[in-house]
Amino acid sequence: MLLQPLTTANLILLRWPLPADASAHGPALDHHLILNIWIAGALLGTVHLILLIGLLSRRRSTESRRGWIVEYVPLSFIIVLFAGLTIQAEILWASARYTGADAAALQVEVTGMQFAWYFRYPGADAAFGRTDAKLVAPGEGNPVGIDPADPRGADDFVTSELVLPVGRAIDLRLHAQDVIHGFAVPEMRLKQNAVPGETIHLHFTPTIAGTYAILCTQLCGSGHYRMQANLRVLPPGEFAAWLASRQSGAAR
Amino acid sequence: MPGTLTPIDTERRPQRRPERRTDDPDHGDGGNGRRPPTDKRTGGGGDNDNWNDRPQGHRGPREKLKRCRQGVFLALAGDVMFFVAIVSAFFVSQSSGRWDAYNNYINQWLPTAIPPVLWLNTAVLVLSSVTAEVARRKMFNQIDAMEEWFGLGRPTSRRAMPWLVATAFLGLLFLAGQFLAWHQLNLQGVFMRSNVSSHFFFLITGAHGLHLVLGVGALVGAVFGLRYSKQVENRQIIVDCSVWYWHSMGIVWLFLFTLLAFFQ
Amino acid sequence: MTPNPQAPGFREKHCHPERSGAESKDLQFARAATDASPLKEESFLRRCVFSTDHRVIGRQYLVLALISVAIGTVLSLLMRLHLTWPEIGLPLHGPILPEDYLALVTFHGTLMIFYVLTTAPQSGFGNLILPSQIGARHMAFPRLNAAAFWLTAVALVTLLSATLAQGGGPISGWTAYPPLSAVASAGPGQGLGMDLWLASLGLFSIATTIASVNTLTTVIRCRCEGMTWERLPLTVWGWFTAALLSLLAFSVLLAALLLLFCDRHAGTSFFVPAGDIVGRTLHGGGNGSPLLWLHLFWFFGHPEVYIAILPGMGLTSMVLGNFARRRIFGYRIMIATTLLIGFLGILVWGHHMFVAGLNPFAGTAFSVSTMAIAIPAAAKVLSWLATIWRSRPEPKSAMLFALGFVSLFVTGGLTGPILAQPILDQYLHNTFFVVAHFHIIMAMAGVFGLFSATYYWFPQIAGTPLRPARLMSETLGRIHFWGTLAGAYATFLPMHITGLEGEPRHYAQLTGIPGQQAAHLLARTIPLQAPITFAAIFLAAAQLPFLLNLVVSLRNGRLAPPNPWNATTLEWAPEPSPDETIAVHRAPCDYRQRNNEATFLPQWVSDSSTE
Repeated sequence: MLLQPLTTANLILLRWPLPADASAHGPALDHHLILNIWIAGALLGTVHLILLIGLLSRRRSTESRRGWIVEYVPLSFIIVLFAGLTIQAEILWASARYTGADAAALQVEVTGMQFAWYFRYPGADAAFGRTDAKLVAPGEGNPVGIDPADPRGADDFVTSELVLPVGRAIDLRLHAQDVIHGFAVPEMRLKQNAVPGETIHLHFTPTIAGTYAILCTQLCGSGHYRMQANLRVLPPGEFAAWLASRQSGAAR
Repeated sequence: MPGTLTPIDTERRPQRRPERRTDDPDHGDGGNGRRPPTDKRTGGGGDNDNWNDRPQGHRGPREKLKRCRQGVFLALAGDVMFFVAIVSAFFVSQSSGRWDAYNNYINQWLPTAIPPVLWLNTAVLVLSSVTAEVARRKMFNQIDAMEEWFGLGRPTSRRAMPWLVATAFLGLLFLAGQFLAWHQLNLQGVFMRSNVSSHFFFLITGAHGLHLVLGVGALVGAVFGLRYSKQVENRQIIVDCSVWYWHSMGIVWLFLFTLLAFFQ
Repeated sequence: MTPNPQAPGFREKHCHPERSGAESKDLQFARAATDASPLKEESFLRRCVFSTDHRVIGRQYLVLALISVAIGTVLSLLMRLHLTWPEIGLPLHGPILPEDYLALVTFHGTLMIFYVLTTAPQSGFGNLILPSQIGARHMAFPRLNAAAFWLTAVALVTLLSATLAQGGGPISGWTAYPPLSAVASAGPGQGLGMDLWLASLGLFSIATTIASVNTLTTVIRCRCEGMTWERLPLTVWGWFTAALLSLLAFSVLLAALLLLFCDRHAGTSFFVPAGDIVGRTLHGGGNGSPLLWLHLFWFFGHPEVYIAILPGMGLTSMVLGNFARRRIFGYRIMIATTLLIGFLGILVWGHHMFVAGLNPFAGTAFSVSTMAIAIPAAAKVLSWLATIWRSRPEPKSAMLFALGFVSLFVTGGLTGPILAQPILDQYLHNTFFVVAHFHIIMAMAGVFGLFSATYYWFPQIAGTPLRPARLMSETLGRIHFWGTLAGAYATFLPMHITGLEGEPRHYAQLTGIPGQQAAHLLARTIPLQAPITFAAIFLAAAQLPFLLNLVVSLRNGRLAPPNPWNATTLEWAPEPSPDETIAVHRAPCDYRQRNNEATFLPQWVSDSSTE
């Protein structure tokens, strides 16, 4: 962490616009965001103060010649400040994105389409079955187009809500069927576009049980505003029970 | 004959120069029509030949020409960015594959074999650049330009015109050859939509062909200009700018052709 | 037989045309120059409509921008009304459907960014003022200039006609991401409406490229005597850098538009991947990548926003110096930062794509280059502050708007580094935080630059050979300024908060959301919607004094004295007679103290003997 003097009270004060934070990387992100907002606010206030004072003060007859104080000292300060913020931000970004998910992470495939999200779990064999665009048939219960010929897909099951266990690393595989969609869970501080033709991985660890909103945040058509899903984070026991009931349902 | 003087001091009194052309202050011939626009060193020589200190209309006989060349050069810079964008898309698409359902990484790029007539077309375009350059140089022949300026016929135009016509003709030949290449590909069942590489083949040759159509139009305009434009300086400019555009399209074609022939 | 210049008698024979009989047109023109040449009688069409006079063309661009900003503002008010009170319908149209809302978004963005912020600062005021400021009598290519304007006008008409297209206007936003924009069946209005949008922007790109070639050639070649690069006013540096960026960026946009057009109509798949299913139909024969569009578009899109702001930054420096009666602090640094911002602006496009599927290492690289732009921008702000420090400027309207520019530039600019950090963008991307950022810095600061220019250069706008130069009313100007400043902050500051709460962009409604949790999340953003909308209505209403001021001042404004602001730049010099040599003798902004009195030396006055 870069600076320590911010008290908890101050942090809470600025936390009020932000929604709940339920992921492992969330608090560090929030802390950095609030630090940035404070710094931006301080710089904003300082500049406006200088502006007002400069405008309202009595006119100085001779011009200031101390160029290096006025120009280079503040500039050096800003460079150092922004360099520090950038380094901290890149450290956080690297820990979130540079490497893939834990090998033991739970894999869920997310598919976005106009205008719904579907979630596919790999089932007991922990392997996703083949999908084919030509087999996509939401009306017949096969919205992601699982190929029945692939035995690995026999135990896959598809849901319209994302259910995850607390405290376990999750690896999402984002797909889009038609246009670019934006998979976003504000309360997990997550956002990643799902691009057709690509499989994009996004990993995180939910830390607080509850029900959260999944939104679409990339303009995808006239139903963009109503393309949502629920994210339910369950304690491990309940999650196991949910998984078992789903898998037995799929196996039949 | 005195060249334009470089004033040493910057003290400037508004000077009346009664012989100056009032409605075309940028007539680059010393400001009073006294000298023909032939090649002379600008500004009477000397080291203090600072462009920034010379008033407009007094920067030498080629002021207007340089301005028009600058415009053409800048427009070409923009145009080159257009082709750079398409070529970078070419390289990106060429190296992009995807994972199919069986977890195989497949790259669907199938190089489009260029029809051999494209080699001939390239030779024709290079030849057309040669004829274009001959035409351009003939426009700037000092003696001829001087004669023309004095009203002794139009030797520059007379000499350059057939070369311009030849260039336009060769340009049309190139375009016909490109159409032939397209036709040959279509006969083999290769259309723009067939493969990613054919998307680019037709797009690149089509975009370049469109630029060349504009170039032929400019050459035709130059031919008309040689006939109807009243000042030798303007005739030089219109031919010069058309030919520089033509050369640039030729150079661009060499790059694009190399790309299509060897980098697919 | 070719005459030999070395031969004796050559001069006598050939330099005296009346003796030689045959006379070339060149000689005729040369001799005609000695006669007083009467003004050719030009038709109304040639004089007023298809004029090649740069001032007329500049005014034409300003009128085009004014029409566009009026339409764009009305569209934005409709958007705000719908978001806050979705049940309100339009007369003769009925309720605003989601696709209508998205069409409003698309047209608002396209009109404002292209037809207001790219035309007015660069081609509008540039054409009007640039030649005068560098001592040229006209732009380098007057006829191309007129052609560029009329092409822009045709492009605007094409864009507006997309509203009447079958299926409605396009709904993919001003950024037009494929496959939404590539497949006609992906949404209402993505058929003919999208094609007309593409055509409009294609024409606009060509027109802007022509205009930028004109600007660049004029600045490079047509400067007057004594006007060295270092003596160019900062406004000219702004126009020059913006024109350089235009030249490079719009060609790339044109290429991208061409590729998109081919995807739509030639069966290609540059942007549409294999196996793309839209509405049960498989599209995409080959394997295209939507990310390719993002790269091409944003390579254009980021320089575009610098094109919009650079002239305003240059003007702010000059206006601040003018009314504070001070030299610009660090003039050379200001030139360098202008060029540096332009150059760095080409290297940062990936910061629009942090969460779009970009390689995370590339994300870091773009983040660093984006943060780097903060440095020249901060240097500019420091220079502005130092220029007005303890100067007690005259509070003229032009000065007020320049100060407003500084304030809004800092406010909008400081949220930039926040968004430039990818880990924060992971939360804030496509929320109203981004909307707040670019509206404050582009819509408000950029527009404040335009307002400042209008008040400052109104004598140049109003003064024609047939009409005297006038000034705008200062009273109305002050009302306009305070209303707009208050309205700007009142409208866009709360958007930071709704953005932090998670309000996404492009949502046609925030109520009636089917997802329960999502509805709960979005409900938190609703309390601020009404205040924002009221503030937006107030902001729009605050422009009425400006329109009134324009109309009244054009007819009855105070007559302007020759150099009403006691400025030093060349556009305020007395109109030179046709055969006078225009020359400058010093850098601009030569404000100085002499005998305890503030005085100034304009660029066009030769060195006074008392110095």
